[in-house]
Amino acid sequence: MDSLAVTCESRPGVPEALTVTQLARVIRDTVRANPILSRILVRGEVSNLQRAPSGHVFFTLKDATAQISCTLFREDAEMLGFDLEDGMDVVVSGDVDVFPRRGSVQLLIKAATPAGVGAFWAAYQKTRKKLAAEGLFDAARKRPLPSFPRKIGVVTSEVGAVVHDIVTILRRRYPIAHIVIAPALVQGPEAPASLRRALAFVADRVDVVIVARGGGSLEDLWCFNDEGLARAVAASRAPVVSAIGHETDVTIVDFVADVRAATPSAAAELVSPDATELMARINGAGRSLVGEIHEALRGARGRATALRERLSPRGLQRGVEANRALLERSFAALSAVAPREVTRQRERLDALGRRLDVLSPLATLQRGYAIAEREDGHVVAHAADVGSGDALAVRFQDGRIRVHVNQEQEDHDRRIEL
Amino acid sequence: MTEESNFEDSLAALEATVDALSRGDLPLDRALAVFEEGLGLYRRCHAILADSEQRVTKLIAAAEGLIEEPFPVE
Repeated sequence: MDSLAVTCESRPGVPEALTVTQLARVIRDTVRANPILSRILVRGEVSNLQRAPSGHVFFTLKDATAQISCTLFREDAEMLGFDLEDGMDVVVSGDVDVFPRRGSVQLLIKAATPAGVGAFWAAYQKTRKKLAAEGLFDAARKRPLPSFPRKIGVVTSEVGAVVHDIVTILRRRYPIAHIVIAPALVQGPEAPASLRRALAFVADRVDVVIVARGGGSLEDLWCFNDEGLARAVAASRAPVVSAIGHETDVTIVDFVADVRAATPSAAAELVSPDATELMARINGAGRSLVGEIHEALRGARGRATALRERLSPRGLQRGVEANRALLERSFAALSAVAPREVTRQRERLDALGRRLDVLSPLATLQRGYAIAEREDGHVVAHAADVGSGDALAVRFQDGRIRVHVNQEQEDHDRRIEL
Repeated sequence: MTEESNFEDSLAALEATVDALSRGDLPLDRALAVFEEGLGLYRRCHAILADSEQRVTKLIAAAEGLIEEPFPVE
């Protein structure tokens, strides 16, 4: 603080005088030091609005009996989210400051919202028309939500029922997903910037974003009509689901969002698959697997039957053993599915195994048949394949004997004498 | 790679094994290999869904950049 030492000549009996500069500085320092005058909310009517070429906005805020000069610097004016107009009823937030050079007290405005139903609707309709004309509400812009989001962002107040409801529903429906909460102010003049910041933080690290707020008055929900926030939602890398206020409240953000949910709980359901349905799908796939492998095994049995005649006993025996091994492996694998299903399948597979045994030529020999083979072990299936002088082996259940073919039967009724 | 990042792929692969088997044109040894693969995927999907514990974090702008800290959920 500047020294109050008097520079003009002092006279006895007369209080020492301040210079104007000193007085202005005292006032300024007093104003700046008073916490009531910073981050203050003031409601009034906009008048004498002027936009400077520099982008700064100057106006007077007034009511019936008083007025105060206001300055809105370009950076803040660009972030306002709606257009100020003369006659508009607004709530502004900012700091009171003193400008010694002009001897004026001013309100340096950081943010503003329309106040009252009339101002609210005027600003709302204007923003809505503007963004609709740009195509930001077009159905073609809406993106589908991911079926299996790995990360779900939630932009909302970190206290209160909304965040709790969303987390509770996601935990019940889809515990696989990681929920990332991006806390934001959800009402008041600072809310649009806070929401934009939270959305920007979270949108690049999640697969889908919920922007949510519980019910409130028109003024409470105003921040979701902010033009800048609406543009941020439209530009979000991740699809956005909005759930703002009650179902009857439709904000600009709702128009821009990829999906609008009636409530925060509904938004949580929209972004998440239902684990119960997923479990049913997984179990259905498990049952199908068992059913299909059973079909495959049946098909293999059919092919084994068809191949019977063409396989050597030894080869077929190996085939049977291989099939047994496959069946055993499939039993082991099946036992992981569902006990009842496995029991049923095991019984069917046991029967299949028995049938394969019956098909084995060794079983055929047990029943008293014999098999003619060439020296290399190939089965002789047709008399036509044998010529006079050929050496064959005849295989019985208890051993084999060597034979020579000494006569060949002619024509259709061939007969081989051993 | 984390489990949650694999669920979607595992479920799609599981259903692909069912489709492959249901076409019915695989040789038996191949069919059994696909079956066993499907069974592994079935177990994996089941385990992910049944055992996942939800992570909830809060995003905070700190001096060193954006950080996530656990968000208390009762």
